[in-house]
Amino acid sequence: MDRSSYWRANLRLVVVCLVIWFLVSFGCGVLFVDQLNRIEVAGVKLGFWFAQQGSIYVFLSLIVYYVRRMSRIDREHGVEED
Amino acid sequence: MPLEMLSYLVVGASFVLYVGIAIWSRARSTGDFYVAGKGVGPVANGMATAADWMSAASFISMAGLIAFLGYDGSVYLMGWTGGYVLLALLLAPYLRKFGKFTVPEFIAERYYSQTARVVAVVCLIFISFTYVAGQMRGVGIVFSRFLSVDIETGLAVGMAVVFFYAVLGGMKGITYTQVAQYCVLIFAYTVPAVFISIQVTGVALPQLAFGGSVDGASLLVRLDQVVSDLGFNAYTDGAKSTIDVFFITAALMIGTAGLPHVLVRFFTVPKVRDARASAGWALLFIAILYTTAPAVAALARYNLTETIQQGPVGEATSNLEYAARPQWFKTWEATGLLTFEDKNGDGRIQYYNDANPEFATRAAQYGWRGNELAVDQDIMVLANPEIAALPNWVIALVAAGAVAAALSTAAGLLLVISAAVSHDIVKGVLMPNVSERAELRAGRASAAAAVLLAGYLGYDPPGFVAQVVAFAFGLAAASLFPVILLGIFSTRLNREGAIAGMLTGLCFTLGYIVYFKGVFVAPFAANVPANWWFGISPEGIGALGAVLNLMVAVSVSRLTSPPPAEVVALVERIRVPRD
Repeated sequence: MDRSSYWRANLRLVVVCLVIWFLVSFGCGVLFVDQLNRIEVAGVKLGFWFAQQGSIYVFLSLIVYYVRRMSRIDREHGVEED
Repeated sequence: MPLEMLSYLVVGASFVLYVGIAIWSRARSTGDFYVAGKGVGPVANGMATAADWMSAASFISMAGLIAFLGYDGSVYLMGWTGGYVLLALLLAPYLRKFGKFTVPEFIAERYYSQTARVVAVVCLIFISFTYVAGQMRGVGIVFSRFLSVDIETGLAVGMAVVFFYAVLGGMKGITYTQVAQYCVLIFAYTVPAVFISIQVTGVALPQLAFGGSVDGASLLVRLDQVVSDLGFNAYTDGAKSTIDVFFITAALMIGTAGLPHVLVRFFTVPKVRDARASAGWALLFIAILYTTAPAVAALARYNLTETIQQGPVGEATSNLEYAARPQWFKTWEATGLLTFEDKNGDGRIQYYNDANPEFATRAAQYGWRGNELAVDQDIMVLANPEIAALPNWVIALVAAGAVAAALSTAAGLLLVISAAVSHDIVKGVLMPNVSERAELRAGRASAAAAVLLAGYLGYDPPGFVAQVVAFAFGLAAASLFPVILLGIFSTRLNREGAIAGMLTGLCFTLGYIVYFKGVFVAPFAANVPANWWFGISPEGIGALGAVLNLMVAVSVSRLTSPPPAEVVALVERIRVPRD
């Protein structure tokens, strides 16, 4: 088992997920909310939607993606449980 | 059946259920008492985490806060869900691999220091008591409205129930009670939301209500128009500055990931993989409520405004006659949480933003003499089923749901407090050779003491439930999160750095909050944006505290000697699921 390559793979995955996490919540929901609010879908301003609904769906998808990818990384490096 | 009797029946039945579960799953060992014997499956743990963490603030106050804050209320929605991403990716799996009982225990071993442990216990107790005070007030509000008892009696009953199952059942009892409490609270929250959504927009799924059509436009477009007509900020625009929204969201997210009673839930699952998965399940169960809440908020604000302002603004007959006020208005007036003062003596209710100078001039021309209606935001969710004229059993269910939300969180908090006292202070520091039975007794005794203190704090806490709780998040963000994170992701961080970091974060954040909000003392400066550092409010300062904590911890570690080899080995060990 190569611990350092396992840890690097883990860190890469975490960084990718956290970048998306930041862009969706602090990006779409806070910093660029006014720009996105110019776009309306079905009478709902997009920036406002990201801040109150969309970011939560993305958070959930991110965790699901992380859990699946991490299980695969565990197996690839032979450190999975059981 | 009259509402009051029905409420007694539903709330009483839920209590019987909780106590029954506690007896069935009572703790037999310290392992059961602290971490439920590490035998909780990821789905059950996710559900218990959701109930543990969704407090009276989430259930009772949040939608009401959002209803009046509009876009600014997004800080609660993003902040209280986004933290789960941090938990799942950065903390939960590693703390499970560490595999002991408490958060201060991790800090003690990782930073090879009893001093660090004591500092962590102090932070934990600060955070948890701030938080638990909010829960107890929530219980008091519900009891005083639905069971027509005074707040003191309500508090006493709530304390007695928590006392019974937290003291007897420990973590094991709490976990399975929380699973039941989650089911009660989510049902109670979503059922009225669906009915109200159908009534106003014709859309059954509250998550889609924003775009549902109301008088030919979407709900949000109509709402923006209706509230702007009365001089309020447009619902989809905020009044807070961007930097403040940014920092409050960050403080709530980081705080969520640093709350001891949430972290400890990930100690209770059998495997590392389960810890990751149960963070996902927890967020799924939380998201059901959190994507419903913004719809409830918008619908409640719309309903309230339309009830009072029934026609074009400015026409005398457009405003609701006080004598013709609906029944829910009267019942909430009786609690003092809804008040009307007929300032211009016309017998009608004017509800508008008199703090908006431009609109106030126009209002004066209409013969209005100031806003006449004061609505406590805590009542919005509780009054919703009555506003929508739903049957009595739904109202009784909402009462049981609110009590479930408050009790489940209170129990989780009381347990981490008692574990910190009996495991970290009594066994960890004072009497390392104490027997398991004596430690269990100490755990139960400190849980009992914590219940009594929490009840006392809940009797007269400062401010709104959600705002009190918001400070607990700031403190958690600034004190515990950075050192736990660095403890896993850095092998260089040492004892000196961790202690200095935690103390800096806690003192800075607490100092800033006390300076502007004045807890136990008078505030030192007015709590207005002009006085705040960089425009960051006391609610958001925890994020800056976390950054300071991190910088101090890293700098001090660089200047002092690295941690010993066995600590580096411990960090290497917790980073992989299997040795």
